[in-house]
Amino acid sequence: MPEYKWPPMEKRRVVGKRISRLDGIAKSSGKAKYPSDLNRPGTLFGVILTSPHAHAKVKSIDLAAAKAMKGVADIRVVAPAGTEIQWAGAEIAYIAAETEPIARDAMRAIKVDYEVMPHLVREDDLAKAGPRAKAAGEQVTGDPDKAFREADVTVEGSYGIPVLTHCCLEGHGQVVEWKGDKIEYFPSTQNVSGIGGDLARSLSVPVNSVNVKMDYMGGGFGAKFPSDIWGRESALMSKTAGGKPVKLFLDRAQELTIAGVRPSAYAKVKVSAKKDGTITGWQSDSWATGGVGGGGMAPIPYVFTSIPNKRMNHTAVSTNTGGARAWRAPNHPQASFITCAALEDLAAKLKMDPTELFDKNLGYTARADVYRKQIAKAKEMIEWSQHWHQRGEKHKISLVAGSSHLRRGLGMGIATWGGAGHASECRVNVHPDGVVEIEIGSQDIGTGTRTAIAMVVAEMLGLSHTEVKVKLGENIYPPSGASGGSTTIGGVSSSSLKAAANALEKLMEAVAGSLGTTADQLEAVDSTIRVKGNPSKQISWKAACQKLGVKSISETGKNDPKNPGGLNTQGVGGIQMADVTVDIETGVVKVNKIIAVQDCGLVVNPKTAESQVYGAMIMSVCGALMEERIMDEMTGRVMNADMEFYKLAGISDIGEMQVHMDISPEHDKRGVIGLGEPCAIGGVAAIANAVANAIGVRVPTLPVTPDKVLAALYGDKLGRQSLA
Amino acid sequence: MSTPKTPTTKKASGFSRRGFLQSTSAAGAGVALLEQDALAQSGKAMGPGEVPVTLNINGKEMKTSVEPRWTLLDTMRNKLDLTGAKRVCDRGTCGACTVITNGRVVYSCTMLAVDAQGKKIETIESLTAGSKPHPIVPAFVEHDAQQCGYCTPGFVMASKGFLDRNPSPTYDQVKAGLGGNLCRCGTYVGIRQAVLTAAKNLKA
Repeated sequence: MPEYKWPPMEKRRVVGKRISRLDGIAKSSGKAKYPSDLNRPGTLFGVILTSPHAHAKVKSIDLAAAKAMKGVADIRVVAPAGTEIQWAGAEIAYIAAETEPIARDAMRAIKVDYEVMPHLVREDDLAKAGPRAKAAGEQVTGDPDKAFREADVTVEGSYGIPVLTHCCLEGHGQVVEWKGDKIEYFPSTQNVSGIGGDLARSLSVPVNSVNVKMDYMGGGFGAKFPSDIWGRESALMSKTAGGKPVKLFLDRAQELTIAGVRPSAYAKVKVSAKKDGTITGWQSDSWATGGVGGGGMAPIPYVFTSIPNKRMNHTAVSTNTGGARAWRAPNHPQASFITCAALEDLAAKLKMDPTELFDKNLGYTARADVYRKQIAKAKEMIEWSQHWHQRGEKHKISLVAGSSHLRRGLGMGIATWGGAGHASECRVNVHPDGVVEIEIGSQDIGTGTRTAIAMVVAEMLGLSHTEVKVKLGENIYPPSGASGGSTTIGGVSSSSLKAAANALEKLMEAVAGSLGTTADQLEAVDSTIRVKGNPSKQISWKAACQKLGVKSISETGKNDPKNPGGLNTQGVGGIQMADVTVDIETGVVKVNKIIAVQDCGLVVNPKTAESQVYGAMIMSVCGALMEERIMDEMTGRVMNADMEFYKLAGISDIGEMQVHMDISPEHDKRGVIGLGEPCAIGGVAAIANAVANAIGVRVPTLPVTPDKVLAALYGDKLGRQSLA
Repeated sequence: MSTPKTPTTKKASGFSRRGFLQSTSAAGAGVALLEQDALAQSGKAMGPGEVPVTLNINGKEMKTSVEPRWTLLDTMRNKLDLTGAKRVCDRGTCGACTVITNGRVVYSCTMLAVDAQGKKIETIESLTAGSKPHPIVPAFVEHDAQQCGYCTPGFVMASKGFLDRNPSPTYDQVKAGLGGNLCRCGTYVGIRQAVLTAAKNLKA
């Protein structure tokens, strides 16, 4: 068995280089075919009739008019009379027709009678939740009462971050074709190896009857793991239609209403400290919703988990709203915001620089040294010492030159994540013509997985990344985990490294004789197989493969999460800092600059890794300043289930951004660690704290919209929303 | 959205989200009224069934039939298998369906196929029709201006329309000029650089 290890940093020729993604041209030229792009012969179009009421009982459904319409192939009721509907947008019936407009006509022709029931759709004011609020019980560590009694200083604050939606640009959905005993399934998913079985179970058919195929997918962010009711119903409609393909993708309003949300998090927090900034106690009363099931407690106090005296109470609020799904770093951005905001408020009260207060308390974290270095680097990048000032101080630094209404401020946020590799199996085939194929049941959700796998195998085989072919996105390939929780890169890089090492060993055994040596004396470099220490004794890759005769090499490698063998590991820290300007007349916040310092172990491709961090920072701008699912108390519906009023940042809204990946032997030797989540955590807190630093007061709830800035500055009566 | 003032570099930037909405709402309504008048006078009404349409896309006459209510976008995607333009927001907000008609950058979800007849329509597919891709395409790859890639064809077409009008943009003009498109993965940092690189390479 070959030794499985990453080549030394200085000897790598492919891994660690800035390589453009292999599918870049396909994506930027429109040639990449996403599931929603498939036009299979005879396709029927599916749409969903949903409930307009947040809480209601279905009394009757009349399908007669819809069924009589020309071009309608099938209608399936999923909420028959008697069903209790728990949120607006819940599915009532599925319709398949020859064209989408015809399917929509039929949908509108279905008559549903509802018995409307009382609903609760907002949780920001806990006092109004009544019996829908369920206390989760108190958690106490140490003696918080004593800590608060003996503290030199205490601060109290209220913080809130609303429900967000994933807003995947390609809506959830699939094309599915059920012919005979085979189901051809083309979903938009983060879970190629697992989703076929999920669909099969929902249809009570054998798992191996579902063929999953997906080359590209248009965004998931944690919301695209299951096959969902729309997968099952589309398959059943295809079956009814004699195997015609059914194409059903959620429309935008449905995508923002029923395809998953990130739970909210609200908290009243009290922190006690000594004069020098040492934190002595934490108390939080938090609440959250993620739909009917309530919402769990964000992990607060975040990162500073070892604060000795703590009391936490959490209340889950059940609301009549679409359910939660994992959202990039579940609950971490919320926890980071609540914790970092409370710490920043403490620093302001102590008239301390918050970076010093954070530093003083790093002993309460799991990786003080990492954070200490990262904070120093981040401060240097954002020029903290030149631009930081005491909160709200109106001296020359906070006033933007030439204006009396613009205030500048800086803030920081902190992050942590695991990121160990998931279970993954990979097969590397080396053919006698020199072609190398990599087969893996993984998916590239936009992170550059395809390219990273090619780079790892190329590195191991001494080839260029363009000389190997990656085949993924099908469940006929060796199974690999779903892409969630930053587990993909660790999993697929380890399994593909092992598969490549195994295949190379076989190839070396086949050619060793002709080079007059044994396989263990050979190395693969620059598209040759050569004798170690004697590079003149070599054979080209192609010539080596020809020696295989007619038989290809086919070798697999596995990543076992319980024993990754040092190829991947977990546990990272990250720091983000923001520089903002706030107009105190209009309340508008402008991002000047955001920087990220992020550790993720061995970096396979710095180019695509940095892209992920930039993307996460942009998402943080959205989350801090714009995004909010707005529920209407009267109708119980999402008021902004569209992209005009569910606001995302545009290209001019994000300021300038800089990423520093902590690439160093110290981190590299830990192996590969996932990156998608940790970089999507600290930015929200950094921006919110920068606003507080700029204007001198805390805007308690996100997003920091102009009305809330003005309310924080000039009085609550101007505010649209305030914490109870 | 967080910028208080919409940049008013109309000539230079060519295209901004707000400018686009203003121009389409005014001009769009006018055109629709004129066409309705013409129809009323001719006594001909279209639909409600399918009607033949001829579209000039990427220099080719393409014939199909759709109901008059079909958008140019759905016609391209579902009838002509031109799926580079994506349907995302359903309502003229995000720019993922961007095409160029008669030299103007247009959201193809806001134009009916029957109204697109007689116009010269350029789609993302035209950029790789030749022997070499249009310089904007490799520039997006070089700067990794894409992640999931679903918004990317729309951004590339918006960039082409922008550079057609303003071949030598400043960095700030790029930011204003591409304000009509939205990305969820967060690829704007790369897109800004890609457009500047494409501008340079287009002159080389």
